[in-house]
Amino acid sequence: MARLELSGITKSYGDFRAVSDVDLDIAEGELVVLLGPSGCGKTTTLRMIAGFVAPTAGEIRLGGAEITRRPPWKRNTGLVFQSYALFPHLTVAQNVAFGLKMRDVGAGAIDAKVAEALRLVRLEGLEARLPRELSGGQQQRVALARALVIEPDILLLDEPLSNLDAKLRHEVRVEIRELQKKLGLTTVMVTHDQEEALTMADRLVVMSNGRVQQVGTQRELYERPANTFVAGFVGRTNFVRGRIGAPGLFVSDSGLAIRCRDDAPAGGRVLALRPERLTLSAAPEPDANCFPATIEFASYLGGVLEYHVRLTPQDRIMVQAPNKLADAAHAAGDRLHLHWPSEASLVLADDGDG
Amino acid sequence: MPRAAGQMPTTLSARRGLLFDTRVTGRAALVAAAAFGYGIILTPIFFVCWLSFFANEIVTFPPRGYTLRWFAHIFDQNNFVSGFLTSLQVGVAAMIGGLVLGVPASLVLARRNFPGREAINTLLVMPLVVPGVVAGTAIYVFQIEVELATELPLLGSRAGLILAHIMITIPWTVRLLTASLAGFDRSIEEAAQSLGATPLQAFVRITLPVIKPGVVAAALFSFIISFGNLEMTLFLVAPGETTLPIAILQYLQWRIDPTIAAVSLLQIALIGAGMLVADRYVKLTRVL
Repeated sequence: MARLELSGITKSYGDFRAVSDVDLDIAEGELVVLLGPSGCGKTTTLRMIAGFVAPTAGEIRLGGAEITRRPPWKRNTGLVFQSYALFPHLTVAQNVAFGLKMRDVGAGAIDAKVAEALRLVRLEGLEARLPRELSGGQQQRVALARALVIEPDILLLDEPLSNLDAKLRHEVRVEIRELQKKLGLTTVMVTHDQEEALTMADRLVVMSNGRVQQVGTQRELYERPANTFVAGFVGRTNFVRGRIGAPGLFVSDSGLAIRCRDDAPAGGRVLALRPERLTLSAAPEPDANCFPATIEFASYLGGVLEYHVRLTPQDRIMVQAPNKLADAAHAAGDRLHLHWPSEASLVLADDGDG
Repeated sequence: MPRAAGQMPTTLSARRGLLFDTRVTGRAALVAAAAFGYGIILTPIFFVCWLSFFANEIVTFPPRGYTLRWFAHIFDQNNFVSGFLTSLQVGVAAMIGGLVLGVPASLVLARRNFPGREAINTLLVMPLVVPGVVAGTAIYVFQIEVELATELPLLGSRAGLILAHIMITIPWTVRLLTASLAGFDRSIEEAAQSLGATPLQAFVRITLPVIKPGVVAAALFSFIISFGNLEMTLFLVAPGETTLPIAILQYLQWRIDPTIAAVSLLQIALIGAGMLVADRYVKLTRVL
């Protein structure tokens, strides 16, 4: 296992910049997720780490060694593909043994290591099967065992769960995460699935238009998004446009004076409000922010009640309330009050590269 | 009202009857068409096989009796034996040559996008649409010119014949191989490389085994096309040399006894056996 450093990594195709100036420092044993919509450059970044795409500029270091121009077969990376990419003509055991054969490991040692790897992913007894005789989940485990058995310096996962059905996906992501922690594997995973990323990552890298928008833990991204792209991509958010009128005061374009934290950036143009941080009440409350509100649309989602609430002709806000036993659900047309503390007002400097 | 209610079932059942009838006649028509098609294809083969056992020297119906002597007769004819050996050698050489050229060509055509790709694709299939006589004449003239210019003894040489045969096998090799490469998931090559295989090792250990059905089919078809070629070959063999199809033609000029049918039966059996053996190792139905 090794530390991975990317500095100034850029990939251009003609005039198109697929990846722009990406800096990343991934510690030994850390699992970092590259998260973003399709076309954001996350897969290209992963393929540059694996060696299948040559960066136009920048440097990649693995365990301190410069590997920017090193071909894939000399990098010692364990790669798990979205399609699993198992060798269809080889058995499970032969698939797992392939990397060891390429490393000229002796036959006896290969058998022992293959058995160990298959035990690790709980596939004992399927050694002689062909990939097409396995379920999707089993194929995924073979792909993982094949990548792990070579004891890679870094494990790379390219949307490893997106071909599994929903129930299996929930199990497997916990399983992979536990295995990764147990073995202390430095891991980079690519996904567009927010929940998957939040479940598995030590740190997340949110990407858009080939640029890193923000790097941070789940909490940092959610509580302190760097821009509207991150705020909108991680979790759900209401956006209100306006400007900072005075320290601790945001004035919306529609004229609402909204209390926010005193240290909000002076150039802030957008206010982000998380729907579960807002509260509806029948009577006005002595909160930092409290505005009369009319419910226009109400949804009953089981654990959560969701309301679309009108504050001004320009501002419609989405609110989520926990479905508690004592509370009565509101209905469209109800006239209420919407309130929230100033800490719930996230003022964002700019729109980011969304 | 009661009358209307009473009419309903009648109309319904009448409709159902009509529907049923159409379905039956439709299926009957399909079976008839299929039988007709198979008949057209298989009748000549059936008669060739049957005729080869006729006792009469001049074929008449019904046969006077049955015999195996035409098969024995084949092996008394030196022309047939040497023609068969020549065809076999040329066929195997054309098959190998066709694969050596066809595999790389197909890889490039299936995987790279470059200007002129379609033109090359069409060019490689051209030998299929050029009549054998035309191709034979053209290559004959070409070989004369080359021999005059370079003094290489190309005309009437075995090498010249094999080169021409490679040319007519290329359309088949390229078509069959590009078809099997089209469904090939390239990420398995990348997986092999990430596991430490060089591109060459990945190709030999992964790509080639996976496209094996396509390669075997291409080899088989190359051999069959070369083995059965008559028109083009007529122009290119050395004086006194024969391939099996030429030997058959020459025999037919003077005799019409069932020996020809016996030779044909052996040829059908040989190629059929080749296909059956190949099919045991790779499922040809997946590529053909």
